[in-house]
Order: sequence, then structure tokens, then C-alpha cells
Amino acid sequence: MTILSVRDLAIHIPPGDFRPGAGIARPVDGISFDITPGECFALLGESGCGKSMTALGIMRLLPIAARAVAGTVNFEGRDLLALPESGMRDVRGGGIGMIFQEPATSLNPVLTVGRQIVEALELHSAMRGQAARARAAELLDQVGIPDPLRRLDEFPFQLSGGLRQRVMIAIALAGEPRLLIADEPTTALDVTIQAQVLDLLDDLRRKQGMALLLITHDLGVVARMADRVGVMYGGQLVEEAPRAAFFSQAAHPYSVRLFAALPDAKRRGGRLATIPGSVPAADVRHLGCRFAERCSEAVLACAATPPPWRVVETGQRVRCHLPGAAPAALPQIGAGAAVLAIAARPLLEVSDLQVHFPIRRGILQRAVGAVRAVDGMSLQLMAGRTLALVGESGCGKTTAGKAMLQLIRPTAGRVQLDGVELTTRSAAELRPLRAKMQMVFQDPFASLNPRLRIGDIIAEGMQALGTGAMGANGSMGDNGGDTAAKVGPLLEQVGLRADMVDRYPHEFSGGQRQRIAIARALAVHPQLLICDEPTSALDVSVQAQILNLLSDLQRDLKLAYLFITHNIAVVDYLAHDVAVMYLGRVVERGTADEVLRQSRHPYTQALLAAVPRIDGLGPLVVKLAGDMPSPANPPAGCHFHPRCPLADDACRRDYPPERRFGATHAVRCIKA
Amino acid sequence: MSIQPVLLWSDVLLFVLMASIGGLSLWARRQDALRAAWARVARNPVAMSAATVLAAFVLIGLLDSVHYRARLPAQPGAETRYSVEVNSALDAVLADLRQRAEKTYSAPLATHLFAKEALENSAQREFPRLKFGGAHLGADLAAHEFDIAVRVSRGCAAGMLLWLLMASLWCRLADLELIATLKQLREGNQGSGAGNPATGAVFVTLLGILLLLGIAISLGGGYHVFGTDKVGQDVLYLSLKSIRTGLLIGTLTTLVMLPLAVLLGILAGYVGGWVDDLIQYLYTTLSSIPGVLLIAAAVLMMQVIIDTHPDWFATSAERADARLLALCLILGMTSWTGVARLLRGETLKLRELEFVQAAQAFGVGRFAIMRRHILPNLMHIVLIALVMDFSGLVLAEAVLSYVGVGVDPSTISFGTMINTARMELAREPMVWWSLVAAFAFMFALVLAANLFADAVRDAFDPRSSA
Repeated sequence: MTILSVRDLAIHIPPGDFRPGAGIARPVDGISFDITPGECFALLGESGCGKSMTALGIMRLLPIAARAVAGTVNFEGRDLLALPESGMRDVRGGGIGMIFQEPATSLNPVLTVGRQIVEALELHSAMRGQAARARAAELLDQVGIPDPLRRLDEFPFQLSGGLRQRVMIAIALAGEPRLLIADEPTTALDVTIQAQVLDLLDDLRRKQGMALLLITHDLGVVARMADRVGVMYGGQLVEEAPRAAFFSQAAHPYSVRLFAALPDAKRRGGRLATIPGSVPAADVRHLGCRFAERCSEAVLACAATPPPWRVVETGQRVRCHLPGAAPAALPQIGAGAAVLAIAARPLLEVSDLQVHFPIRRGILQRAVGAVRAVDGMSLQLMAGRTLALVGESGCGKTTAGKAMLQLIRPTAGRVQLDGVELTTRSAAELRPLRAKMQMVFQDPFASLNPRLRIGDIIAEGMQALGTGAMGANGSMGDNGGDTAAKVGPLLEQVGLRADMVDRYPHEFSGGQRQRIAIARALAVHPQLLICDEPTSALDVSVQAQILNLLSDLQRDLKLAYLFITHNIAVVDYLAHDVAVMYLGRVVERGTADEVLRQSRHPYTQALLAAVPRIDGLGPLVVKLAGDMPSPANPPAGCHFHPRCPLADDACRRDYPPERRFGATHAVRCIKA
Repeated sequence: MSIQPVLLWSDVLLFVLMASIGGLSLWARRQDALRAAWARVARNPVAMSAATVLAAFVLIGLLDSVHYRARLPAQPGAETRYSVEVNSALDAVLADLRQRAEKTYSAPLATHLFAKEALENSAQREFPRLKFGGAHLGADLAAHEFDIAVRVSRGCAAGMLLWLLMASLWCRLADLELIATLKQLREGNQGSGAGNPATGAVFVTLLGILLLLGIAISLGGGYHVFGTDKVGQDVLYLSLKSIRTGLLIGTLTTLVMLPLAVLLGILAGYVGGWVDDLIQYLYTTLSSIPGVLLIAAAVLMMQVIIDTHPDWFATSAERADARLLALCLILGMTSWTGVARLLRGETLKLRELEFVQAAQAFGVGRFAIMRRHILPNLMHIVLIALVMDFSGLVLAEAVLSYVGVGVDPSTISFGTMINTARMELAREPMVWWSLVAAFAFMFALVLAANLFADAVRDAFDPRSSA
């Protein structure tokens, strides 16, 4: 008994005007799977493997150029690919609901939430007027939105990201679908909100017997949600397995490597396994196994003939020539990283840093308040160490990083780099110090000027700061030879080829671009590198490459990192010290072990508990309810008290002082 | 010496513009990236056929920019004197068309005037014969249509011959077999042995232009191809003369406007603060005054200055030229606001991008950031605005001429042509040919410019050249 049965689905994009000379792209190339009612099937894969295209193909919502050229999609006995467009409209929303990745853009900003839910109700049921409105409120209640009657009349911009994704789910539920396709439903959300949304989806699935096709790149989400897992690579499924079997022993070499690439505390100080090369382009023709060229176990047959499906005794199906279930000989480099001596004086010392953005109203633009993005933050970073700044989006961690670099001028507080005060210096006085501190940005697609060549991008800092040029003039182009000679070695240092200097950024993949961004920062020989979520836009296997690179560079160049991230696993792997931020302030800081293993602040504990774990162990404490308050109007007393399970009157009255536990561990909580 | 060369200011500017384009292209040849981008343009068939059409227009415009005064018949004893009339090389080429003026309106290829007139020696009102159109037919009016057919085919043959001549010359230069190349062209030029897929398109366009040219010359020898206007001037001549005016207004105005718009737009967007306030105030004020009023006021002021200083100008052509330049300047000063506003908005967006912040983290100076990081990422908008404005300005000239504040009445332009044709549209039967001729030429000019600019933008956008 299946509700959805996909057989040999193939989606091709013919080379159009935009890609002259290219072959036919095959983003989905013969994929088959079944979903039974009430089951959660997860399609797992890195970006570009065709998982979203599969979902769009099932819904027949493909981009104009793309065509489903072969296969069948059987939903409740009907072949969707053979249905007329009018019949398809009943299936969409009515039979199959879909929610998308980006809650910010999937709701219409000019219609109220209620109007959008009622619209879906009117399409798929006979409900009109008050009845539809009542049902809409019921749906909002069902997806856990408090005070649903009031929310019906609000616009999407009045809701937070988590609430918007709930509204999207409510709209998807309006047609009472038997199958819900969720395309990366929590990727854009914070971990605590992600945990709420995943709970909701799981709950709905159990209560309503709704099947769920979950599309994700996150192994943690799969472990939390899925009954069965399908691993996609290069437009095909390479492994299909029940969850328990998959997480205890992955069968396909690609799946094994995905696990090995995950950073966590056990691999601390060692190297992460990486997959050489990158995902093949969609228009490459494959003779044999698609993974062969990146697989270290590949034998001759792998490159010559496509591997057949094979059933492993644990119930997994795997598409691989190799008889052994999994390669045992993964490079396991144990801990053994050099423990760096702690310098006597901190390289970076921040005390009471404040960044307030004034809110201006009225004709005269008078400041009526301030967004307290960073509100009194103190930390220390020793040379050669990594301090992770952890927190959810909107807690001010990126603003803090930029304020330390003086890219945003702080409102108050002190920032000392190597004993030199930065906040009081003018832009010209800061320039000589810029070489000591650099930044690596989050989005590798926005951080490189698309109009400049790689060589010019990397040389820019050297030329601006005069560090690359020995000659007197620091102007562009005149000292080309000298600077150009330094760009090549830098590219090689970050694992690229020196002959790439003349290419433009768009010719590189996300991981390569991030390497270029790192090379640009390294060009001026900084001592401090502020890394703002450098891997959050990258796939797991690429993330591993970048993390390896960063730890190599730290070992070789004695760099200090301020690592801004929301990814606890990365922190656990990389950081020596951790500071947890909530609403513009550091609520807990200490060494990585102290903060991550013996956390004392309830927020840190909740944050750690919300991270989905691939070992399947459930969370130990209650999850956080609600969202982070607005930094323009923080709650009185402890900022965390409205969401804190331990809060009492004392918490509501005063902001808690810092309490120290040991030499390095400090917590701002009276209950800790 | 039988002529005295005259250098009008607009001629100087036009030739300087051409020279700087030539210089820039020489410089671009030495830059690998630029050369690669232009090579992409050169391989685009649509772009290259548009460029061929544009080149034809520019050629006419340049011919029309070589001005001279003819020497008057020598009076014994007197010193050599030159005509007060300033002519151009194009006038000399088209001397026949220019001088064979009829009395008033006549339809294209007609042998008679358009309106009945009372003839001297009869009481009836008749269509009088034209003085020049079809004069060679004499009384044999039955041969009119046959004569036209003969002339068209003769023109076609001449155009074809000329084309074959050029094609064989090109093949000799490129060391190719003429017949084989032609065969390839006929079979669709994709992947022709010449290596460049656009070569075929250029030759096909050239064939079209040469055929039209041949027909026009052949027919123009005996008829008014596009008819005549109210005072009997040949409309084809007027259309060809209008091209220079259109090109000048399009390019010179853009040259005035663009630096202003780019500089102020980027400054307002990137620097912000009081600079932004000031620039915003400036363009909000400018754009809230009705454009036509502002231009009219400025043009009238200019007119007064010109009129009170007759001694500045030796000929009426120089005066008309000064007025044309003034119009370009005034149009430029009033039309930068739209582009500046667009660029300010885009700069606000770019300013927040991480690559700009990365540059700030290196302590790169403000102006270096604007030049290296902001401006190149705005070029596609600048290019689009440039082309849109080019066509818009050619049209604006027509509107202003209607209000009476456009070019000098003695300057021939599409605007004045349309303006005079406008009054005759209500007539029954309609006098349509002035309007159609102006429309056809403007359409070809603007379309070619648009297509070419599209291709240039695509070629220079690094993200689209995958």
C-alpha cells in the first residue's frame, strides 16, 4: 500500500539560449521510491543533487525550461504526469501540500495571514465566510500559534520566521493533504525554532496519518524525523535505507563520507574526512557510477558500468559495485593537534561593547529609541586560539564582529587589539592596524566582487595596506608584478591553483569562493580572523574542507579566530573557548568543555538540546517556547526570563550579575 | 580653392567622440578581458547586424558633419567670396535631391502634385505635373509603372553587384573561396568555415542595405522616393539630413548627462549623510518642475543670448548649431535625475554587500571603493539607461520642436519633420509619407541601438557568460 510511487522519473533541461554549447542537463536521472501513508521519507543530498527538482517534478511545478521526460509519478492510483493541468490543480494543495525553504518569501506580503489561509480553504473545500475564518483560526491553533484570532488579521511582516513557517504549514494543511512535501522546511530557521517546527510536523504526521516527503541536507533533521532515508547523488538515488540501519551503518561510500565529514567533539583536533572534487555538473554524461571519480575505493568496473541495486542484509538497498557494505579504511586521524601555549596578554580584549541603532520617527527624524543590537558585551581572545561566539539569528553576534573591526562604529565600550585601543581612532589612524585583523564573511557569493578577477580581489588588501608592495607607491596596477607574485602562493596555501588568478568569481563553486575569501584575508598577514558563519552556506563535505583549512592555517600561522556561528557541532569541533550570546549580551562563557558539557545557563542548555543529533538520542530538557524578543524592546530584568523555565520574580527584576565558576567559566544567571 | 571648410562646434564634438571611441577600442584591444568581451559581441549575429545598420547611420551622420562654404562665382576685381550657405558633404552627394524642389506636396513616386490647382490655360482644376518627379517620362504617363519596375530591378542589380564586389573583396582579404562561402551563407551560416558565426549575418544585413541603397539611387534619379513636403522638398533628403540631428542629440546629451548622473548617484548612495540629503534635494526639486517648462525657459534664455549677439556667428548654420548644442546641454542638465535616482538606489544595495565591507576592512578609501566596487557593478544599469535615453532623447526632440523650443527651425530633424506632418494628418486624403519616412528611419536607428546595447550588456556581464 503506497500513497506515492515514483518510478524512473527523469527531468531534463535542454541547452537553451543561455547555455549555448552545453549538453542536456539531467538534474534528475531516473529516480524511484515509494511512500506509504503516514510515513516520513527523507530525501538527503547536497546542493545540486536534484532533490528539490524531484519535489517540483512530483508537483509538476518545474521551471519552464525543465521537462519530465520519462517515468511515472503515481499518487493514489493516478499518474500525475499524465493528468491534465486542471486535474493537477486539485492534487496540488488538496492531495499533496508543499512547504518551502524560505518562510520570508513564500507568503504574500500584502495579504493578511487569514486571507491567505482562507484562500486555500476556499479552493479546496466548500467553506466560505465565517466558517472558513473559524477553520483558519483552528488551523493556526493546530500549528501552535498562540492567540490565533488576532494573528488572522496580521500581515506576514508582523510575524517572526518561525511563526511564518507555521503559517505556511497551516496553509498547506488547509487542503487536508494526504502527503506533505517539505523542501528544507527548517534550513532558514534557528535551532530552537527548528526544533519547534520539526516537533509540529512530526506531531501532525502522527495525528493525521499524513505522509511526509522531507527534503533536506541535514543529517540531524533526518535522524530526528525520517522513517526511511533516500540518499541522492548526481540526480540518482544511491542508497535507500530504514533510518536505524542508515545511522548505525551507512552502506554507500558517499553516505559513509557524509557522516565522516560531520564535525563534532570526537574529531576535535583531528581532521575531518573530505570528499575530493565536487558534485558533477548536471550535463555530464556518466558511463559508470556517478560517485566513482570521488570514491577512493573505486575499482575498474565503477567507471565502466552503472552499478546495480543491491540489497544489504540490514535492509538497505545500495547502488554500488563494491561488495563490502562500507569502506572501513577511512582516514582516521586522531587527536594530536598542537596545544597552543596561552599567551600572557589577550590579543583581542572587548569590554562593555555597545552598538545601538537609533530608531527615528517623525518629520524631524528624532531618535525615539534604539535597537540595542549589542548591549554591553565583554570577551577576551588569546593569540592562536579560537573563540566561538554562539547565538541565534538576531542576537547581535554579526554586529558585534563588525563593531570589533570598526566596520560599524560602536556606541560605547572599548576594543583593544594587541593592547591598542581601536574605538577612539580615526579611519586613517586605523588603517595600519587593519592588517592585523581581517574578516571572512558568511555568503561566499556576496563577498567577492563579481566584476573583479581573483588576482585583483586577493591583491586588493595588499595594495590598500601597502603590505604586498615593497615599492613606495601603493596604487593599483603599478606594482602589479610584485603583488601578483604573492597571489599565486596564497592561492596554493588555501588549496587552489596559482593559475586561477585570471578567472572571475562566478567560475568557482561556493567552497572555492570561500577559500578565495580566506586567501584575501590572509594576504595581509592578520593575527586575528573574524569568521562570520563561514560555512553555513556550504554543503557538509565542503564545510569539512573549509574547517580543515582553517585549522591547518591556525596551526601554521598561529592565527586567532573569532568564530561567529550558530552551528553547535562546528563549535564543538573547532573552538577552544565559547561565548553564548542572547539579545546583545554574553550570557555564558568559558572553555568549550565547560560551556558545551557543563553548561549552567538555561538558555545554553536549551540551545544545546535543540540541536538534532545523529545518534538518535532524544533531548534531555524541555524545549524553548516562543521567539527571541525584539532587541529594540528587551524584557526587564534577565532578558531570557519570558522563555526560561526556571524564572521567578528575582529574574524579572534585575539583570543578573556575572557569576564565576572556576577560572574561565562565567554565567549570567542567578539560578545557575 | 573652390570651397572653404567650416568647422561647426557640433562637428568638433562628434569627431572628438569618434576619435575617443577609436582610441578606447585601441586601448581595449590590449586588455585581455575587454578584448574577450568584445569578441563575444563580435560573435553575436544579432549584435553584428545591428552594428552594421548603426554603422550605416553613423556614416551618413559623419558625411553630414563635414561642412563647407562654396565659392561664389568670381566677380572681376572683387576678392574671393564664399556663399553664406553652409553645406555638408552629404548635401554635395545629394545635390540632386536637394535642388529638385517641387511646389508643394506630392505622394511618393508621383508624377503629379497632390492637390488640384487651377491651371492657367483652363478653367478646370487639375493635378499639375511635377517639375522633376517623372519629368523624364514626358507625356508617356502609361509607362510610369513600367519605368518604376525597371528602375527597381536596375537598383536591385546594382546593389547586388556592389554586394558581390564587397563580398569578394572580403574573401580575398580573409583568403576564402568566394563561391564556397556564399554556399555556406545560403545553407545557414552556423559554424561556417570563416569561424565567426556573425559574418553571415553582417553580409545579409549589408545585402539588405545595399539593395535599398541601389533602389533608392535608381528611383531617386527620376522620382521623389518618399514624396515631397509642404514646400516641395524631397522627404528622402529630409530624412537623411535628420539622422545627424538625431545622432547628435542622442549622443551629446547622454555625454552631458551620464557623468553627472553617475557621479551624483553614487555619491548620494555611498557617502550618505548630508551629501545624500543635498543631492536628493537637488534632484527632487529639479524633477518636480515640469520638464518641458524648465527646458522651454532655458532654451528661450539661450535664444535671447544668441539673438543679442549676432556677431558671434558668421552664418545661420553656426547659429543653428549653437542652438542645437545648447539644447543638448539643457536636455542633459534636466534629464540626469532619473538615472541618478536609479543609481543611488542600487548603490544603497551594493554598499551593504559583503565585498564592499571586505574592502572597508582593508581600509580601502571611499573613492577607490566607489570606483572599483560600486561603479563596475552599476555599469549594466548605466548601459541600459544610456540606450533607453538615446531613443527617449530622439523622441524628446520631436516633442520640444512641437512646443517651438526644440532645434532651430532651419535645422532638419525628425522632430521638425513629424511636427510639420502632424498638421496634415487630419487632411483627407491623408499626407502620410513624411510621418512614415521619419518613423521608418527613427525605428531602424533606435531598434539597432537597442539590439546592439543588449548584446553588449550580455557580453560584459560576467555572470551570464557561462
